[in-house]
Amino acid sequence: MKIAVLLTMVPDLVEELEIDPSGTALDTQWLRYVLSESDDHALEQALLLKDRHSASVTALALDYGDAEQALFTALAKGADAAIKIAPVPPGGPNRRGAAALFAEVLRRQPADLILTGVQATNDLDGHLPGLLGGLLDLRYVGVTRSVEASADGGLVVQKEYPGGVAAEISLPTPAVIGVISAPQPPRYVPVARIREVTKTRMVGVEAAIAVDPQPAAVIRRLYKPEPAGHATMLTGPPEQMAQELAAILEGRGLLR
Amino acid sequence: MNTPSQDVWVYVEHPNGVVAPHTYELLGKGRDLAQALGGRLVAVLLGHDVASLAQTLGTADLVLSVDHQRLASFTPDAHARTVRALGESAMPRLLLCGATSAGIDLASLLSALVPVPMVVNVRAIEVEGGRVITTSQLCGGKLLCEMELTGCTVLTVLAGAFPAEAGFATRGAPVESMAAPAALDQAPVHVLRLIEPAGEDVDITRVSILIAVGRGIQRKENLQLAEELAGLLAGAVCASRPVIDQGWLPLSRQVGKSGMVVKPALYLALGISGAPEHLEGMRNAELIVAVNTDAGAPIFNVAHYGVVGDMFEVIPALMAQLRERKAA
Amino acid sequence: MTPVRETFWNIPHWAELAQYLLGVLAVIIFAAGVYLRVQRWRLGRPERLNGTLGDRLQAIASYALAQLRILADHFSGIMHLALFWGMVVLFLGTVLATVDWDVTRLLLNFQFLRGRFYLGYELVLDAFGAVVVIGLAMGLWRRYVRRARRLASQTVPTFAWDDMYLLGILLLIAVSGFLVEGLRISAHPPSWRAWSPIGSALAEAFRPLPEGTQRVLHFSLWAAHALLAFVFVASIPFTKAFHLVSSPLNVWLRDFSPPGALKAGTEAGVGVIADFTWKQLLELDACTWCGRCQDVCPAYASGSVLNPKHLIMKLDARLLRHPPRRGVHPNEQASLHGTAVSAPELWACTTCGACADACPVFIRQPQVIVDLRRQMVSQGTMDGMLQTALMNLTRYGNSFGQSERARPRWTQALGFKVKDARREAVEFVWFTGDYAAFDPRVQEMTRAVARILRAAEVDFGLLYEGERNAGTDARRVGEEGLFELLVDRNRQALAGARFRHIMTTDPHTYHALKHDYGAAFDGQGGIRPEVLHYSELLDRLISAGRLPLRQRLGLTATYHDPCYLGRYGGVYEPPRRVLRALGVRLLEMPRSRAGSFCCGAGGGRIWMEDTPGGRERPAEQRVREAAGLPGVSVLVVTCPKDLVMFRDAVKTTGLDGRLAVRDLAELVEEAVTAEEASHAA
Repeated sequence: MKIAVLLTMVPDLVEELEIDPSGTALDTQWLRYVLSESDDHALEQALLLKDRHSASVTALALDYGDAEQALFTALAKGADAAIKIAPVPPGGPNRRGAAALFAEVLRRQPADLILTGVQATNDLDGHLPGLLGGLLDLRYVGVTRSVEASADGGLVVQKEYPGGVAAEISLPTPAVIGVISAPQPPRYVPVARIREVTKTRMVGVEAAIAVDPQPAAVIRRLYKPEPAGHATMLTGPPEQMAQELAAILEGRGLLR
Repeated sequence: MNTPSQDVWVYVEHPNGVVAPHTYELLGKGRDLAQALGGRLVAVLLGHDVASLAQTLGTADLVLSVDHQRLASFTPDAHARTVRALGESAMPRLLLCGATSAGIDLASLLSALVPVPMVVNVRAIEVEGGRVITTSQLCGGKLLCEMELTGCTVLTVLAGAFPAEAGFATRGAPVESMAAPAALDQAPVHVLRLIEPAGEDVDITRVSILIAVGRGIQRKENLQLAEELAGLLAGAVCASRPVIDQGWLPLSRQVGKSGMVVKPALYLALGISGAPEHLEGMRNAELIVAVNTDAGAPIFNVAHYGVVGDMFEVIPALMAQLRERKAA
Repeated sequence: MTPVRETFWNIPHWAELAQYLLGVLAVIIFAAGVYLRVQRWRLGRPERLNGTLGDRLQAIASYALAQLRILADHFSGIMHLALFWGMVVLFLGTVLATVDWDVTRLLLNFQFLRGRFYLGYELVLDAFGAVVVIGLAMGLWRRYVRRARRLASQTVPTFAWDDMYLLGILLLIAVSGFLVEGLRISAHPPSWRAWSPIGSALAEAFRPLPEGTQRVLHFSLWAAHALLAFVFVASIPFTKAFHLVSSPLNVWLRDFSPPGALKAGTEAGVGVIADFTWKQLLELDACTWCGRCQDVCPAYASGSVLNPKHLIMKLDARLLRHPPRRGVHPNEQASLHGTAVSAPELWACTTCGACADACPVFIRQPQVIVDLRRQMVSQGTMDGMLQTALMNLTRYGNSFGQSERARPRWTQALGFKVKDARREAVEFVWFTGDYAAFDPRVQEMTRAVARILRAAEVDFGLLYEGERNAGTDARRVGEEGLFELLVDRNRQALAGARFRHIMTTDPHTYHALKHDYGAAFDGQGGIRPEVLHYSELLDRLISAGRLPLRQRLGLTATYHDPCYLGRYGGVYEPPRRVLRALGVRLLEMPRSRAGSFCCGAGGGRIWMEDTPGGRERPAEQRVREAAGLPGVSVLVVTCPKDLVMFRDAVKTTGLDGRLAVRDLAELVEEAVTAEEASHAA
């Protein structure tokens, strides 16, 4: 089975996010990019399938924001090949643009299974796997917590719903799956192996033309939210605050 | 595709044979939007043997219903292609879906199939002189983005963004039954079965006092502190996702977007920072008290009372106080 | 008649010959056994040892001859010295007798065991024979009557009753030797028998027997004594007695790297026994199963599955089952992980180094554990919290998962600007360490240090966002690649800064900068900068009068030596001098200085999920030890992790209010300012 894992770089939320002077985009001065968390799970899911069914795994990423580092890490974890797609604007295209670029490359190099995170923190104009399913006219299921290969060459996935409920769904390959979590946490790869891979392996390059679709919407402004309200803060040493709190609870009739 | 109408469509979710509260939120808001745009509010009801559900969808002007065996359980392909077929004749101005497991799949697939643009994680929608302005939440709630939509758009809307009461109705709406697309019979995506979580002890949605623990609890053994407090108050312990992911409490105790939505009389959050996914699960609790060492934790924006302190000092002191008061 | 040794009296010639033959046979078996052991050591990877000839001679003198580390436990030290020196003298006695009879007599026609020399010889041998018996009696009593806990072994590398075998056979040899002497003196009393007091006393007991019987008994016991001796010699390489060879050899070949230093090893770490170095394999064989490491191990004390003694013994058992040559044998490929050692066992270690410090034969248990951890890291066998910490370290250079830009934020509440060593030259560049900079519970201490330095007009600066975690704990977790990455980044930051010396508030950072960063660490002008712990700097400032103390602190306190400052760094006196200068009445805990008991945070443990062991955690045991000293109300620490661990432990043990945990800097600041500073403990 040929598996393609799509990696998306998103702003690292550990840093303070600042808005640039135009008021419609993020200031890139201190902006760092990190691999989207659910893509990490998608990669782990792919590697689990590779472990179990000797599939081949290719990692693909659009070439912006330290994507190469993410691709080398994927290789170090066990991916068979890595491809970066260029040229791409510095902060990356929007999701529709990204879907179009990935779709172009995937038409040239079809895979049986396309895995990627079902959503990313900076999604605005869509979620990648669903869009990809539509563009490539492939079967699609998202928000999966497990993907298994079935005996007949198809897939059995578990689609997660709230409260721990899941639907077990079967579908044939080729298909696109949007992963929310892998059955086990993303594996650790030692720094030494990543460094070694960076020196010994190559990341392939695929050219694709960014199609500039009609913007679905015009960004009027990007801003940081003001909290709607704030709690009444209790003050003083712990004993005093505990006393106040106990009084509040008692006053509300919550002590039985 | 014909010229878009000014209609507002709402995709109806009905897990377990009951219309989801979230759908009512969309209907309530959809009503206002349809009015402002001068179009109709249409509820899109896909499923099998779901005619009775139309009785509660009276907020809408019309229920577009497709009844087919293959639509009984949700699969993105079946539902998206059916909605596309419905939109063949007249694509609505807005299609509102919940930002839920089913909603985001449906919306993304549909958006690429038709094709029609989409905007995700919407928490506010306004109509300004015929133009639709949406506000979306990004980056874990750290950013908001205000957009002006250009034409027909599919929106995924965050749970709790609008009041559900505005969408309730005691009367039904006229139902227009539509045929399912022919290809549905051969649809290769099947739901095999539904997996319920292992039968658990406590249904936290029914408990009126919840002691919630987050990352700040640090160690599994410290859960004991929360259990003790819960015992004193005749409540139950629940947790945010990180604690559940560690395996310190079962899935049934998870509060948040992918866990339970709870509305207890008291929600005491210990060491919970207040990520949006968690807030979604508890923001409507009657009394929210948060204890956290970080004065800037977002939970304090939602809580009624806040304590900036070390829970390992505050909670024992609180328990001592409660014991005194109970004895008195 | 001149006293002369009557060797082989009453021994028929055939027995004399047989004795020589059996002796040679015993030696051949001994040599073959030693050869097999050596071949097994040679399975290991190469290792270069540090140390001069002088170092080694001194080590032999102190630790093999004087056995100073064994003497740390007085009773067993005396027992072992008695046994050892007793056997050495008896052995030399036999050598002299052999040379006298078979060399000088045969070849040079003269015997030197005659006259006064011989009388002295007899007396000395009798005396030391008695010493051996006393030593054995002490040993047997300790092991089987008092049942000293650390002597119990779950599995034994050779065979189950080996401990008893060793004591038993030596006892039999010693006792039979005395009996033979007694019988000889009884049957054939020489005029100088008073020089063999014990033999003479025994002879009295045999006197009633008829001479014929005495002679028969004499010969039988002589034969038994000889056979036992030969069996013992031949059995040495196959029993616990092998430590007679391996232990002194290991002391001689001791590595003289600074305490706690780690060797680089291979990237994949240790998976099978042959992945260890030859020196490590020798160390496994050198272990005498004494259990002193077990006694001082904080992980073991808190009830975790780790027991350093058991770990080494299990590995030795594995080594002994390995064929003594390389080749593709299924046993050889069997990984140690999951079979001989388990993941929880290996992760439980805090790398405090107490085990290696206590070991009388200089086994380096922490290096063994880190080498095994390297393989676990390479395979990703670790808990989620540790994985997150390592990923944070890789990405952000700190274990807190915060941006590098957040590192200097603790300075904001200072009220003055701290120099940026990257922009202007400073005398001291201050490496704060992660916990001192990021942990809100520790930041007040860090600010206190800054204020003190300012008051003393010390020219200091920070690296601000350029500083990264020094990497000590990442290294000891087994992530060598991450360590190298952090070292690279720190070296770059330091290369871009101008300073003369380095000061740090964190003992782990201190150790890394002093030792782990290696010789390639150059300061300006090719001079290696001095690395100081802040307690050392405070000591110098106070001694030089640059920190006038406004008030004396009249409190009674005890001081906890951090593992990486004390045992690893050898810094014991400076913090104590500071405390005394502050007017603090200082009491020592039972386990202080090199014997200090770890707080449990090291070795990456502070990043791992807590696995309760059934007994109180190390930090909890330690605060009880402090609170147990009469009148002590303050536990003084000089390490940010100690501060965090002990303050937590004071709460969980309910000692809140009885024992306050305070950092040295807080106390110095209190003494330096006119008013009393109030600190919530």
